Amino acid sequence: MSALEVVGASKIFNQGTTKQVDALIDVSLTVQPGEFVSLIGPSGCGKSTLLRLIANLLEPTSGSVSVNQKTAAQARLDQDYGMAFQQAGLFDWRTVSKNIELPLELKGWEKSKRETRAKEMLELVKLPEFADLYPWQLSGGMQQRIAIARALASHPPLLLMDEPFGALDEMTREYMQGELLRICGETSTTVVFVTHSIPEAVYLSNRVVVMSPRPGRITKVIEVGLGATRNEDTRAADGFFKGITSVREALRGTHAEHAAANAVRGVEDR
Amino acid sequence: MSTAARTNASATTRVLGRVRQAGPALVFGILFLALWESAVRGFDLKPYFLAAPSKIFEQFVKNASRIWQASMVSGGNALIGLLIGTVLGVAMSFVLNRYKFLGELITPLAIALNAIPIFVLVAVLNNMYSITSEIPRRVMVTLVVYFIVLVNVAKGLTQVRSTHVELMKSYAASDFAILRKVRVPNAVPFLFTALKIAAPASVITAFVSEYFGGLQNGLGSRITSNIANAKNAAAWAYVLGACLLGLAFYIASIILEGVTRRGEAK
Amino acid sequence: MLARRIAYRSSMFVLAIASVVALWELYKVVGPQDGGKLFGVSILPRANDTAMPHIWSMLSRYGRPEVRGSDTKIWSVVLSGLLFSLRLSLVGFFLGTTIGVGLAVLMSRFRVVQRGLLPYLVMSQTVPLIALAPLVVSWGGKLEIGSFLWPRWLSASILGTFLAFFPIAVGTLRGLASAPAAALELMDSYAASWKQTLFKLKFPAAVPYMVPALKLGASGSVIGVVVAEISTGLKGGIGRLIIEYAREATGDPAKVFTAVFGAAALGITMAGLVALSDVLLMRNRPKESST
Repeated sequence: MSALEVVGASKIFNQGTTKQVDALIDVSLTVQPGEFVSLIGPSGCGKSTLLRLIANLLEPTSGSVSVNQKTAAQARLDQDYGMAFQQAGLFDWRTVSKNIELPLELKGWEKSKRETRAKEMLELVKLPEFADLYPWQLSGGMQQRIAIARALASHPPLLLMDEPFGALDEMTREYMQGELLRICGETSTTVVFVTHSIPEAVYLSNRVVVMSPRPGRITKVIEVGLGATRNEDTRAADGFFKGITSVREALRGTHAEHAAANAVRGVEDR
Repeated sequence: MSTAARTNASATTRVLGRVRQAGPALVFGILFLALWESAVRGFDLKPYFLAAPSKIFEQFVKNASRIWQASMVSGGNALIGLLIGTVLGVAMSFVLNRYKFLGELITPLAIALNAIPIFVLVAVLNNMYSITSEIPRRVMVTLVVYFIVLVNVAKGLTQVRSTHVELMKSYAASDFAILRKVRVPNAVPFLFTALKIAAPASVITAFVSEYFGGLQNGLGSRITSNIANAKNAAAWAYVLGACLLGLAFYIASIILEGVTRRGEAK
Repeated sequence: MLARRIAYRSSMFVLAIASVVALWELYKVVGPQDGGKLFGVSILPRANDTAMPHIWSMLSRYGRPEVRGSDTKIWSVVLSGLLFSLRLSLVGFFLGTTIGVGLAVLMSRFRVVQRGLLPYLVMSQTVPLIALAPLVVSWGGKLEIGSFLWPRWLSASILGTFLAFFPIAVGTLRGLASAPAAALELMDSYAASWKQTLFKLKFPAAVPYMVPALKLGASGSVIGVVVAEISTGLKGGIGRLIIEYAREATGDPAKVFTAVFGAAALGITMAGLVALSDVLLMRNRPKESST
C-alpha cells in the first residue's frame, strides 16, 4: 500500500506558445508509508512543481497522482497532507496556538478538541511555553517548528516540505533536521522534502531523488542506506560521505549535460 | 526594426493596451448613465430628487456661458490659493529642514489640522476683510494647500536614504550641498504627490468657502440659488461644471508631473 | 516609553497652539487697524477688536449667554450643536464604512467589477462631490420612500457617507490584496472556501491598511456633514451655529469663534474615536517603525 504514487506525470506551462515551459516530463515516483524522500536538483528542475502536483495546487498536464490511494484532489479535500514552506507563513495576528489550530478550524473541529490538539503539537515540537505568544516574538527556527506543528496538526499521513530550512543559519538548520526526524518518527509520517542542500538531503532521507532541468525530470534515485536511526555521529560516518558523494556525482552528471547552456544556479555543499 | 519604428510600434501597442484596460470602466460608466436615465423616466422621479442625465446635459449647454463665468471665479480663487500656498509651503519646508525644532512644533499641529474641517475658518476670515473681497476665500485655499505641500515636501527633504547622506558626508560635503544634491531631488516626487492632492482640494475649498456668505458669483452660490428657485436641473448642471473644474485641476497636475519628469525612472 | 512620546508630542502641540495665539495677538499689536495693502493688494486683515477679537474674549465668550437676556450659556449651545453634528457624522461614517468595505469585498472577488469601478472611485476623490450637498439636503421633507419621509438630517449624513466611503473602499481593497502569495497557497492547500479565506486571511491582513483609510473616512464624514449643514443651514448642527454667529460678527465678534472651535472639537472627537479603534485593532501586531 503506497503512501504516494506519481505515474508518468507531466506539467507543461503555456503549451503551444513561444513561452512554453516543460516543467516536468514523464515523472514517476512511488513512496512507501513512513519513508523520507528528498527531491534535489538545480533551479528549474521541477522539484517545487512536483511537490505542488502532489499537493493538488497544480493539475498535471498528463499522468496521475494518487495520495493515500485517492486522487490528489480528494486527498486535499480530506486534508491527507500537511505542507510547510520556506517562509513559515504564520499569521501575525494569531497567537502561536491559534496558528496551529487554523487547519482544524477550517475543518470545523470544535473548540476544545482544537485546543487539546494544539497543546499536543506544541509538546511535540517542544515549544509548549510559547502558546500565547505571537509569531513575531519568536526566532526563525521556532517559527518553522510552529509551521511544522501546524502542518501536522490534523495528523495527516503525508508531510510535504518546500525548503523549509532554507532561511535558517547553519547551526539552527542542523538542529531542526534532527528535530524533524524525531517528530516524523514519533508520528510515523511519510515525508517528501524539497531541498537545495546535499548534506541535508542525505542526512534526512531514506532515498534521494535527483532531478534535472530542461525538461524537468528524475535522473536518478539514490538509496541512502544509512539505516533507520540518525544521531550526531551520523554526520561523521563513512556512509554519510559516501551518500553525499553519490548524490553530488549524480548532480554533476546532469550538470555536465547543461554546462554549455546558460549559467545554472547549482546546489550547495552546505 | 529600427529603433524609431520599434518605439512607435510599442507606443501603439501600449495605447491599445490602455484602451483595452479601460474597457470595463467605460462599460460601467455607460451602463450607469443608462440606468440613471431609465430610472428617472421609469419611476417618474421628480427633478428635486434626481434629474435625468439628458436633462442635466440640456441645462448644462443652456447655461454654458454662466457656468463658465462662475467656474472662472471659483477656479480663479482656487488657482491663486494653489500657487501661493505651494510657494509658501515649499519655502517653509526648507525652513523646517534647517531648524529642526520648528518641525517638531509644526508637525503635531499639521496632524491635528488634518482631522478638523478647517474651512470653517472662512467665517472668521470674512470678518477680517471687507465684505466684497475675494481675499478670504483665497486665504483659505492658501492655508489648505500650504499645509498639504508643507507636510509632503518636508517629508521629501528628510526621508532620504541614509546611505546617500553618509556618502555625501564622506565627501566632506556641506549641509547646503547635501540639500541641493540629495534632498531636493528626493523631494521633487513628493511635491508632485502633494500637488495631486492639493489641486482638487483647492477647488473644493474655494467652492465650500462660498457657502459662508460674501460675494455670490462663484459655482457654489449658484447651486444654492438655483435650488432656492426650484431650478434643480440647472443646479445639477452647475454641479457638473464644478466636477469638471476639479477634474481639470487634477489632470493639469498630472500633466505637469509628466512633463517635468519625462525620462526619469518611476 | 510610549508615555514619554505622548507627553512630548502633546507638549509640542500645546506649544504650537501657544505660538499661534502669540502670533495672533502680535498681529493685533503691530497690524493695521483697518486693514492694509501689501504690494498694492488689500491683503492685510483688519487688526481691530471687531475683526480680530482677543483670544481671551473668545474664551470668555463661552461663559456668557447666547442671546441677551437668555439664561443658556454659549458653551452649552455649542456643545449640543457639536453633539448633534457628531451623531450625524457617526451615522455617515458607519454607512460609509459598510458601503466602502462591501464594495472592496465585491471588487476583490470580481476582477471585472474592480476594473470597472476603481477608476471612478479614484476619480471621485478629485472631484468636488461636496457640490451635491445642497441638492441632497433638499430631499429632506420632500422625498418619500413608502411611508418613510426623508428627514433633513439624513441628507447631511449621506453627504458624510459619500465622502467617507471612497477612501475606505480604496484602502480596504488594497489591504485585502496585501495577503502574501504563500499564505494564499496555504489556504488553498487546506481546500478553504473563498469565504473562509476572506475572513481568516484577507481581512486580518487588511487591517493595517484599513486603519488609515478609516481615519480619512472619519474626517470625510465630518466635512460632508458640516458642509451640508452650512450650505443649507440645517437646524441643530454646529454648521448652522457658525453661519448664525458669523452674521452677528459686527456686534459680537467673539461669538463666531466659539462655534469655530466647536467645529474643530468635532473633528478631533471623530478622529479620536477612530484612533481608539486603531489602538484596539492593532494591539497584537508587530510594531512597524512609524515616522
